[in-house]
Amino acid sequence: MSGLYRIAGKGRLTPAKTVAFSFDGKSYTGLEGDTLASALLANGIVLTARSFKYHRPRGTMTEGSEEPNSMVGVHRDTARQQPNVRATMQEIYDGFQAVSQNRWPSLSFDIGSINSLLSPLFVAGFYYKTFMWPRVAWEKIYEPKIRAAAGLGLSPTEQDPDHYANKFAYADLVVVGGGPAGLSAALAAAKQGVSVIVCDENAEFGGALLYENDVEIDGKSGYDWAKDIESQLAAMDNVTILPRTTAFGYYAHNMIGLCERITDHLAVPDADSPRERLWQIRAKKVIIAQGAIERHLVFANNDRPGIMMASAARSYLNKYGVAVGSKIGVYTACDSAYAAAFDLKEAGVDIPVIVDSRPDVDPMLLERARELDLTVQTGHSVIDTTGKLRISGIKVAKNGQMANTKYDVDALLISGGWTPSLHLYSQSRAKPVWDGEVKRFLPENPVQDQVSVGACAGTDDLSEVISDAQSAALAAAKSLGVKKPKKVSAPTEINSLYGHSGDHIGSSHGAGADDAVKAFVDYQHDVVANDIRLAVREGMRSIEHVKRFTTTGMATDQGKTSNLHGLAIAADGLGKEIPQVGLTTFRSPFTPVSFGTIVNHGAGDLFDPVRRTPMHDWAVAQGAVFEDVGQWKRGWYFPQAGEDMHASVNRECKTVRESAGVFDASTLGKIEVVGPDAAKFLDIIYTNAWSTLKVGRCRYGIMTHEDGFIFDDGVVGRLAEDRFHVTTTTGGAAGVLNHMEDYLQTEFPELDVWLTSVSEQWGVIAVQGPKARDIIAPLVEGIDLSTESMPHMSVREGTICGVPTRLFRMSFTGEMGYEINVPADYAESVLEAVWANAQKYGACAYGTEAMHVLRAEKGYIIVGQETDGSITPHDAGLSWAVSKKKTDFVGIRGLMRDDLVAEGRKQLVGLKTKDPKVVLEEGAQIVADPNQPIPMKMLGHVTSSYWSENCGHSIALAIVEGGRSKMGDALYVPMIDRTIEVEVVDTVFVDQDGGRLNG
Amino acid sequence: MANPTQATRKLPLDGRLAGGAGVSITPAASMSRVSLRVKDKDVKAVGKALCVALPIKPKTSNMSGDQAGASRSALWIGPDEWLILDGETADISAALAKSKAVMSVVDISHRNTAILLEGKNAVDVLRAGCPQNLNDDVFPVGACSRTILGKAEVVIWRTGAVSYHVECWRSFSGYVFKFMSQAAKGL
Amino acid sequence: MLYIRCPYCEEYRPEIEFRHAGEAHIVRPTNMAEISADEMEEFLFIRENKRGIIFERWRHIHGCGRFFNCVRDAVTDQIIMTYKSGEPKPSDAEIEKAILALKEEQA
Repeated sequence: MSGLYRIAGKGRLTPAKTVAFSFDGKSYTGLEGDTLASALLANGIVLTARSFKYHRPRGTMTEGSEEPNSMVGVHRDTARQQPNVRATMQEIYDGFQAVSQNRWPSLSFDIGSINSLLSPLFVAGFYYKTFMWPRVAWEKIYEPKIRAAAGLGLSPTEQDPDHYANKFAYADLVVVGGGPAGLSAALAAAKQGVSVIVCDENAEFGGALLYENDVEIDGKSGYDWAKDIESQLAAMDNVTILPRTTAFGYYAHNMIGLCERITDHLAVPDADSPRERLWQIRAKKVIIAQGAIERHLVFANNDRPGIMMASAARSYLNKYGVAVGSKIGVYTACDSAYAAAFDLKEAGVDIPVIVDSRPDVDPMLLERARELDLTVQTGHSVIDTTGKLRISGIKVAKNGQMANTKYDVDALLISGGWTPSLHLYSQSRAKPVWDGEVKRFLPENPVQDQVSVGACAGTDDLSEVISDAQSAALAAAKSLGVKKPKKVSAPTEINSLYGHSGDHIGSSHGAGADDAVKAFVDYQHDVVANDIRLAVREGMRSIEHVKRFTTTGMATDQGKTSNLHGLAIAADGLGKEIPQVGLTTFRSPFTPVSFGTIVNHGAGDLFDPVRRTPMHDWAVAQGAVFEDVGQWKRGWYFPQAGEDMHASVNRECKTVRESAGVFDASTLGKIEVVGPDAAKFLDIIYTNAWSTLKVGRCRYGIMTHEDGFIFDDGVVGRLAEDRFHVTTTTGGAAGVLNHMEDYLQTEFPELDVWLTSVSEQWGVIAVQGPKARDIIAPLVEGIDLSTESMPHMSVREGTICGVPTRLFRMSFTGEMGYEINVPADYAESVLEAVWANAQKYGACAYGTEAMHVLRAEKGYIIVGQETDGSITPHDAGLSWAVSKKKTDFVGIRGLMRDDLVAEGRKQLVGLKTKDPKVVLEEGAQIVADPNQPIPMKMLGHVTSSYWSENCGHSIALAIVEGGRSKMGDALYVPMIDRTIEVEVVDTVFVDQDGGRLNG
Repeated sequence: MANPTQATRKLPLDGRLAGGAGVSITPAASMSRVSLRVKDKDVKAVGKALCVALPIKPKTSNMSGDQAGASRSALWIGPDEWLILDGETADISAALAKSKAVMSVVDISHRNTAILLEGKNAVDVLRAGCPQNLNDDVFPVGACSRTILGKAEVVIWRTGAVSYHVECWRSFSGYVFKFMSQAAKGL
Repeated sequence: MLYIRCPYCEEYRPEIEFRHAGEAHIVRPTNMAEISADEMEEFLFIRENKRGIIFERWRHIHGCGRFFNCVRDAVTDQIIMTYKSGEPKPSDAEIEKAILALKEEQA
């Protein structure tokens, strides 16, 4: 038995196919194809949730994605725990488990419901007023408490074990929605041979035809007709059909975002299958057939469990065979609710009364009601409801009067009419157009290549819906270039008994401005009609302000059921017409999208590319500890047994200066600059001159932007008259190439020169130290390594270990050294040979930390460490690298700006701590007088600071106001617990005359 | 200088293999690659020296033989930029040196590495991360383009109805390979 | 995500292949070292940042690598035309014409 409320012979589920599921730990039986909502209703469970603010008991209101109340946590296992799942959208499977949210200790007894008694404290905007002061209390007390009491479910605590997929797709036509309009449009277009993607958020295509069983098309039931179209579409190669797929976003230039739910409805998902797939579709044409959403009515206590939309009740009956109660009242302002009442009555359910707020009702409906022996009270309203955890009665009064009749009910169907779903239309940046006659906003003014058809376009009549959809599809095909469209036949005979006329917008009788009642407008955010009126009284004039003050429409359902009511009540309060107040803009996503889907493949290892050098494995074998430098993994230090980082770095630094060190410099950016105008071009890009550089020689160069500030540096070697090998910083590689391309393509396109990134063509092995030449010499062929033939700052081409090399003699350590460039696939093998020789000389492998210390001992800057985008070459003590002869280079005018040539700029200096053992903190501020009152005058800051084992004391580089005129001065670095005295010194701490460079 | 050790070559994706339903993902063998930059006026002459005409239509490629990878191929990358591919031992630069045209010839044999996708679902592996339109009418056999795959830059070259040659920089190849392997799951 | 026609690739490509490169048609003076402080200010800092039709540069960085110019309506994001670097700034009349053509294409 799959529930007491399941009616034999009703619905389309198979009674024999039962599934066991649990809700809040209690076991129930449902049927295959049930949603959690239908299965719970079948078992007579209407209480499914507690409301957000007041913790009021709530039940399922709808049968679709607009559901404001029934949000649950779905727990597949300890890691797979999804909060805020709409019970109306979640299909159950054998072993399915869900729990209710926002209640303690249980749904039926929830301590938090005391909030309801305190509701005067929780009126709209309460958090802007009540808890503002003192400020610290907001952070420490109010906010955490409110967050704990309010809230929508719990985040999972474990890492999500599922994987998620992405698909970029291009289609001629995307059809959103698989109801009669969407299906008709998709088929009509597909027959023209254009590519079509059609999606529907539900498990089944068919839209309203899935439950409107009064519809007959060409002699078939509406349902069978829809299934027939679906199977025709499924058989076509040019069509992609996506059920359980929500079009959640409509972006610029006809980009549609879909979320396809692949495994959430399966008891045992395939281990390889992604849980969800994000579709990013670029569509030439879009047909929106999103349908319409039934509104509720705004009356006192309109939120008790058991109250739901009439169409939802009809759907539960006709799709799932579930009666949503045994004694069901109806309160409507719309014809379609009658169909629900009639279907239920015919299924044997007691319908005590149909209350219709309209004085005049279609006689056909009244006649049919009489035939079924139903009481209809026209011109009446439900002015209140009773019941605690489930509705038990309604009070019905004649419009304008309060004297009322009570009816006992255990469910109440309501309908305030249908709101065309303008979500995607609005997301596409189009403005809804108000039609005063039908009292609807309509999607009549699209701004992208898009058209809305069917109920979302305000079309109620089914034959019109189908013919509009077909014409829209044909028009789309035609503008896609289909010359002779194939004929598409419209159904010849469409019969449907009941229409969708009639509506009520705003508060109903008994919930007016003078009625102190809780008449809910927005269920999910617990906003009542009087909250909106309060907002207006407090001075909110724009609907955007009303929305933010009351939070109406700001819940995860984006006010799908509530927006129009809220707007009408605000308009009424402001004494304006609805279009004058305006509709708020709908934003993506249409329904919430999981982070997993948004991130899709970019999780875990694929979050960001991890780049390894060609010699990475060698460094691993040497026991390297790695650091992240951008996306690169670089060897940080190479500890030997028993060494910590400090000991390792000290040893590495000592060894390089005493013998030699081997370093992987492959990550440096490299750009090959080729062409007859190569030197001319580099003259423009760098502050220094290149035309004068001889073939076979290298030079250190600095790049500034037009503003005159340093942005990159590196060594450039001239391989031939028309070929330079440029190196850049590791982090600057891509930016420098972009910068150079920009100038070459747009400012100096007449130059014959081309730029090619060769960063990864070459693996770079730096061998630095007095023994460097001895180490590499046995491996090199075709190059004379003697200083006479190959001095400091030169480059030669030859072979090493039998493979081509660009051998640079250069140094970032202050020692004699080489940078061996070899084609990357050979780099590790060459390094093995170099390392074998290096070990003979007691050389070490060194990492980026030792490299930093060694260069700081020499006062060599690191761009981004000594510079911060406000440092000129002059500030950095590199005036020698700025040409005085060139008439143009990037930054030439910037460097002449008044502020950049003014006295007292911050300049790079060295710092020595008075206590040689103290190592300054990088970033620490520097002052002249530590006893001055706070705020002190900051002179600059420490940019680099290390312990130098070679010097036997700490060393630091710093940027200090007028630094070069302060040589020998004492300055102070105030720290939180002490003040450190420092002396301003030269930036070079080791080998000031540079003799070691020449070996 | 006695007897220097002969260095050996190690490809970034050595030993990897992956796939899924309807697709195999294989690292390509090593190749010779040149990034060639030529001005409009020299395109014909340089093509002659190269023994394969440089395609001038965007997103197209030319091959000297009829089998991708086994013959010299020229891929249009930009309006003055071509990627020239050939077997590992081919000397593309030497061929180009025969031309007197002003051009830029830069060896990038080791900068790039390639991954081969093969099978009816190959294109869907690419669609998981490539934002370009890879539909048959827009990206037919022979089409090639520099683009994006996930968070890496790649060159995609369609070498057959269900075959793709994907080039990327060597340090991104681990990422690209893993991305493809992941995308091949549950297609 | 925008869909941008690259004038070199001669087709539309998704925005991720491109990188924005600031306002277009800012001419770098040929006598850079000699310009006045006011001219330098104009060149280095002053940008229009207009609501409506704007001229901007893009680079097809993950495609053909070329910089090019683009006329875009900053309110609607509609791309009215793209053209190669070095080509003259389109006149108001040319822009009007392009907008009309786009409208016809859609209709």
